[in-house]
Amino acid sequence: MSARQDILGRVRAALSDVPASEPATWSEDEDNDGAAAYARRGEVKGAALTALFAERCGEYQARVTRVAAAGVRAAIEAACARHNAASLAIPVGLPEDWRPETVEIHVDRPLLSHRQLERAGGALTGCALAIAETGTIVLDAGEAQGRRALTLLPDLHICVIRAAQIVASVPEAIALLAGDARTVARPLTFISGPSATSDIELKRVEGVHGPRRLEVLIAA
Amino acid sequence: MSRNEFADAARPALEDSQLRANLREATHTIRDKRARVTGELADWEELREAGRRIKERAMRHLDVHLEQLERTVTKAGGRVHWARDGAEANRLIGDLIAATGADEVVKVKSMVTDEIALNSALAERGITAVETDLAELIIQLSHDSSSHILVPAIHRNRGEIREIFRRELAGTEALSDDPAQLAEAARAHLRRKFLSARVAISGANFAVAETGAVCVVESEGNGRMCTTLPRSLITVMGIEKLLPRFADLGVMLQLLPRSSTAERMNPYTSLWTGVTRGDGPQEFHLVLLDAGRTATLRDEVGREALNCIRCSACLNVCPVYERTGGHAYESTYPGPIGAILTPQLSEFRKGASLPWASSLCGACYDVCPVKIDIPTVLVHLRGRVNREVEGYGGGGEGAAMGLLARVFQRRGSYERAQRLARALSRPIVRDGWITRRLPGPIAGWQSVRELPAPASETFREWWRSRPPEDKR
Repeated sequence: MSARQDILGRVRAALSDVPASEPATWSEDEDNDGAAAYARRGEVKGAALTALFAERCGEYQARVTRVAAAGVRAAIEAACARHNAASLAIPVGLPEDWRPETVEIHVDRPLLSHRQLERAGGALTGCALAIAETGTIVLDAGEAQGRRALTLLPDLHICVIRAAQIVASVPEAIALLAGDARTVARPLTFISGPSATSDIELKRVEGVHGPRRLEVLIAA
Repeated sequence: MSRNEFADAARPALEDSQLRANLREATHTIRDKRARVTGELADWEELREAGRRIKERAMRHLDVHLEQLERTVTKAGGRVHWARDGAEANRLIGDLIAATGADEVVKVKSMVTDEIALNSALAERGITAVETDLAELIIQLSHDSSSHILVPAIHRNRGEIREIFRRELAGTEALSDDPAQLAEAARAHLRRKFLSARVAISGANFAVAETGAVCVVESEGNGRMCTTLPRSLITVMGIEKLLPRFADLGVMLQLLPRSSTAERMNPYTSLWTGVTRGDGPQEFHLVLLDAGRTATLRDEVGREALNCIRCSACLNVCPVYERTGGHAYESTYPGPIGAILTPQLSEFRKGASLPWASSLCGACYDVCPVKIDIPTVLVHLRGRVNREVEGYGGGGEGAAMGLLARVFQRRGSYERAQRLARALSRPIVRDGWITRRLPGPIAGWQSVRELPAPASETFREWWRSRPPEDKR
C-alpha cells in the first residue's frame, strides 16, 4: 500500500465517530453563534484609516511619510537622499510619475541577477493593499510590485501606498485577496516593518536578512 | 519508565540559577506584551472561538481536506509526497536533494524537521543543512538543542552567544555582545549561504486546502530568503497544519502573531502556491507527514492537541516551564502543549511522564489562541498512561482509589471510614497537622504536601448534634 493510501486510510479509521452529515468546513457565514462572531470589518473608516495605518506602521520602525499624489516623486527622491541610495531597482509597470530623476534606475527586465539586486541602493514598488490595524503592507506580485526577490535583496525598500488601498483589518485584506488566490495564485508577502529579530535576550533588533530600512509613502 | 522521569530531567535546570533568571525574565516579558496586544482587540474571545471551530472541523474531516490540498498544490505546479513517519520523510527529502546534486541546503526554522531529526539524517548522506533562523543558528553552532518553540535559544544570554559566534564564525574576533552586532554577524555569514543555495527546506505554519497556498510566518527575513531565492523548495508539514479555506487566514493571521511574538503582526508572512514562473523556486515539493498524527486523531479527547498552531503562549504562562525550561521535557515540543503532544505523537514511547509535568492550573488554556483545553487532555492522558504504559499505574494506587470509590459511595461506610481515620491518626497529630512521615507510598505524596488531620468533628456529626429548632 502506498504511504498516501495508508495515511488517508488511517485518518478515516480514526474519524469513525464523525457523522457523515457534518459539513467538512466551518464557516463564519453559516454559524449564527455569537461566541464565534469575530469582527469581519474594522470600525475605522476614511481619513482615520490612513492615520491609523501611519501610526501602526510607524511603530515598527518604518519611516512613514504622507504626501500629495503629485508629490510622490519628490518624496522618493528625498528618501533616497536620506539613505544615500544612488540607485533603485524597480518592477516593470511602475507609474512613470513616481520614477526619481536623482538616482540611477534598474528596471527588472530582463531579470536582474541576485547580485545586481543586492548591490542596488534600494527597491521601489507599490503594493496590493495595506492593513491599518496591524500596520501591514501586502505585496502580491501584481501591478507595480514585481517579483519577490526585488523587495528582498536590496537593503532599502521604498513602498508607495495609495490611501484608497488601505483596509481596516486582516479579515478584510484576506477577503480582498481571496479572489485572486483561487484563480491566479500569485505569491503573497505581508510586510510589517523592516526585518527584525528578538532571539537574543528578547531585545528587538531591526534588520536581519530582509531590507533593514523600510520607507512607506502614503499618497493621498 | 516512571512518573519521575520529568522530575529527574528537570533537576539540573532547577539547580541552575542563571538559567532560571534568564527564563523568568524572558517568559514574563513575552507574557506581559501578549496580554497588552490581545487586550487591544475587542473581539479577541470571538476570534479564539472561531479559531477553535476552524481547526476542530478541519481535523474532523482531515481526509477530505488533504485530498483537496494535494489537488490544488499539484494543479499549481507543485509535487505532493506522503510520509508515514520521520524515517520515510527523511529518506524522501534526502532523495529529492540528491537529485539536484546539492550537498548543502538552507533551512527555515521548522519544528517538524526537528521532530523527525532531518538534519542528522541528511548529514549521514553527506548533505549539510544550514539553519538560517538566528536562534536556530546559535543552537546549531553550539551543538545544543532548542528549549522554546518560538525563541529556541531563550536559555542563552548575549555573553554566551558572543562566545559561540567567536568560536564558530570567521572574522568575528572583535565582536561585542551587543545584540545588533551579533545579528549583523549572522547576517553576513548567512547572506553568502542564501545566495549560493540551490535547495531550501521549510516547514509550514499553514497550508490552505482550498487554494494550495502554503504559509510561513517569520520575523527575520530568512524565511523569505529560503522560499524565494533557491531553485528548489521542499516544504515538510505535519498533516494537522492544514486549513480548509483561504478565509481562515483572516482569523489565524490575527491569532498567531499576537499570541506568539506578542506583536500585532510579525514582520514577514509569505504565502506561495505551487510554482510561479519567473518568481521564486521553479521546483516545489510538499511533504505531508503523519508521524503519529493519525494515532493522535484516534483519541477523541486527545485529538484536540492537533489544533495547536505552535504559538508558544502556553509555555510563557506555565509555572512549570518557567522554572524548568524546555530541556527538561526532552522533546521538540516543550511546555504544556508538549506535555500533551509528545506522548501522543510518539504513541507513548516518549514523554509518558509529561502529563504529570503540570499543576493543572489552567493558565495554558486561558491563553491558547485556539482554546485547546490542555488541563482536560492532561488528566485524560494520565489515565491512559496509567492503563497503557508499563511501569505506570502500579504501586497499588489504582487499587487504593478503587477501594476508596466503593467506601465513599455509601453514607454509612463513608462515615465509618471518617471515624476510623480519626482514631488511627490521633497519636500522630500535632496542632491539626500530620507532620510525621507515614509509611509506604503515602510518604512520597507527603514529601511535597502537608497533610491536614481529620476533623475532630465532621459537619454531619455537628449537624446531627444541633437541637431541632436550629435546623430550620
